[in-house]
Amino acid sequence: MASILSVGIDIGTSTTQVIFSRIDMENMGGYFSVPRVSIVDKQVVFKSPVYLTPLKTPILIDGAAVRELVAGAYRQAGYTPADVNTGAVIITGESARKENAAEVLSQLSDFAGEFVVSTAGPDLESIIAGKGSGAYQYSMDNACTAVNLDIGGGTTNMVMFKDGEVIAKGCLDIGGRLIRLEKDMTVTYISPAVKAVADEVGAAIEVGRRTDYGTLKRITDKMADLLAQALGAKAQEALIYRIQTPESTWFESGEPIRAICFSGGVADCIAAEQDDIPYGDIGVLLGRSIAQNALLKRYTCISGSETIRATVVGAGTYTTSISGSTIDYAQGLLPMKNIPALKLSAQEQSACFGVNTGELRQKIRWFMEQSASDLIALAMTGEQDPDYPAVCRLAECLSTEMDAALPQGKPLIVILEHDMAKVLGMAMRRQLGGRRKVICLDSIKVEQGDYVDMGRPVLDGMVIPIVVKTLLFG
Amino acid sequence: MDEKLVALIVEEVLKQLGAVNGGGSKSCDACEDIASAACKAIPMIQAEDPDALLRMKRKTTARIGVGKAGARLNTQTMLTLRADHAKARDAVFVDVDQKLIEDMGLFTVQTTCEDKNSFVTRPDMGRKLSKEAVRTLKENCVMNPDVQIYAADGLSSTAIQVNLPKILPVLIDSLKAKGLTVGTPFFLRFGRVGSQEYVAETLGAKVVCVLIGERPGLATAESMSAYIAYNAYVGMPESKRTVVSNIHKDGTAAVEAGAYVADVIEKILEQKASGVDLVK
Repeated sequence: MASILSVGIDIGTSTTQVIFSRIDMENMGGYFSVPRVSIVDKQVVFKSPVYLTPLKTPILIDGAAVRELVAGAYRQAGYTPADVNTGAVIITGESARKENAAEVLSQLSDFAGEFVVSTAGPDLESIIAGKGSGAYQYSMDNACTAVNLDIGGGTTNMVMFKDGEVIAKGCLDIGGRLIRLEKDMTVTYISPAVKAVADEVGAAIEVGRRTDYGTLKRITDKMADLLAQALGAKAQEALIYRIQTPESTWFESGEPIRAICFSGGVADCIAAEQDDIPYGDIGVLLGRSIAQNALLKRYTCISGSETIRATVVGAGTYTTSISGSTIDYAQGLLPMKNIPALKLSAQEQSACFGVNTGELRQKIRWFMEQSASDLIALAMTGEQDPDYPAVCRLAECLSTEMDAALPQGKPLIVILEHDMAKVLGMAMRRQLGGRRKVICLDSIKVEQGDYVDMGRPVLDGMVIPIVVKTLLFG
Repeated sequence: MDEKLVALIVEEVLKQLGAVNGGGSKSCDACEDIASAACKAIPMIQAEDPDALLRMKRKTTARIGVGKAGARLNTQTMLTLRADHAKARDAVFVDVDQKLIEDMGLFTVQTTCEDKNSFVTRPDMGRKLSKEAVRTLKENCVMNPDVQIYAADGLSSTAIQVNLPKILPVLIDSLKAKGLTVGTPFFLRFGRVGSQEYVAETLGAKVVCVLIGERPGLATAESMSAYIAYNAYVGMPESKRTVVSNIHKDGTAAVEAGAYVADVIEKILEQKASGVDLVK
């Protein structure tokens, strides 16, 4: 058995958190067959307190202060950056801006270990939170659909799992800190999205003016109603399209929902009896409105294993997967980060198995120009039980075309879903005769436009930890 | 029994089969071959949670969700079992197609077994090479190679038939790419695993690897294994054998297994040990 240490750092609109988790891997293949390494256990070994995200302005993160928090968490946990093998730093919600990303990256680069990545985007956040909250596991344990609603400070990230597969994802600008208040009920901040909601229900609210519970309740009740609309509990009105988070997908699955799960900071306010505005925002009021919403009450509600920490646990624990156990890679190249993936369609793949027409070369060149990268990972499904001549034809096509398209000295990286990487890698190396190094991995699903991180080999070099990212800051 | 009566009985059985398919779940083209994977995937009972049953069925080849008739199996389950059993028997008793062996450029030698009957009843004879086999091997094969590979029918000719053309060229290419000398491959008829000791002594190979058909079960009749031994000698303990099993289309794909077995052989030569002595 082998273990790797993974760090999760979530810098959100309102809170910043750090967790460390241990990912255990074991060869489950048995002594008498080809090895099959699986992740057998994931355990959160350290959780930092939930810090308020240090801000310079309402939208700009104070990078130096974040660095201090993270350094403190490492000290408390007793780890150094060298101990960390994998993980993710994610900047979420309204904080997810380019300026912030650049600031955080530069401040945290030495803390994040060599393999840690910065990744974000509302859709990915939704998936990560759903995995961290336990909705993902529930959908697998019960072979059913489960929706997770991660309600944070700025956004509500929604994801629907069906038996462990993501079948819908999306994000709405509904959150607990979209209105901020002084103790005396003077409004200090209103987000544009919440302004639209307030206008719709005719609630007069303005920055600098005092407001009252009645007004706020009308707004948070409407927010809860919009969530019910998003889940399909009632007809959707035009307003809901105006609060869809930019760059997020529209949440729609067509499948009946078996269970829902709440996570994020507001989830803790749904069940608990609390003061009205302990945090100087509408979080508690929103939680209460959700708890009272008749339409949302109709759903079977599961209590997640994580609420406010769902995203950070998801980031630190569920972003890493592992390659197949029979793979082929040149020594000394790994780790590698942020490799853009070019995915071949079924048709393009069968062309590669057939007679090489040279079309792939054009496609690779075009893709490299688009992605402004001098490295690519060529991804494809592969075949379940291929013939050797077919593998040789594929190897011939890939090595010739990639060799022609990629700059001198760069390795050829191929990622497949079906278990055939070792034989393909070997055949490619023979084709290339030492001209290029080859990394050929399998049992990993990659889509067009994903970015791939590959870690240092573990378990005597049998497997490679992989992070497939669906969005990356530019 | 006259023919009319037989025809009537067959008709009645077919009608009942149709009723099982139609009543239990959807009837479909897949069930024209009741031993096909597509047909077996269809549950024969109305489960309370049909999705959960389908998910369970995807995880196992065991015959679950098949219902029963009183204390007994349903007709379809019974027939499927018989069909799978027939496939398993066929795998043992048919011969590997000579044309396939010739197409791969192999020649055939035989153990001391005369026929299938002596092969299944006399394991000892399935290990020893016939005098003629020893002579043929010495005449045709490169002596003292690093690695000697050969195929044997073992208990499933079907396994050799479908997997050998895929694994053998990969294995040879991979070993040559590692700079190892590979002996002349051949096919051993009526061969058991223990024949590798005799082959090793005859040809003086450091490592012998036999690709052999495994005893078929009711889940698959196409499973092949590679048994590998370092410095094999007659009377060697079983614990000195390394095995890579479960090579077939639903287990480890034959081409991928070939590349893996080549790595294992390289490791065996490095450590000069196989079986339990090999540190994986």
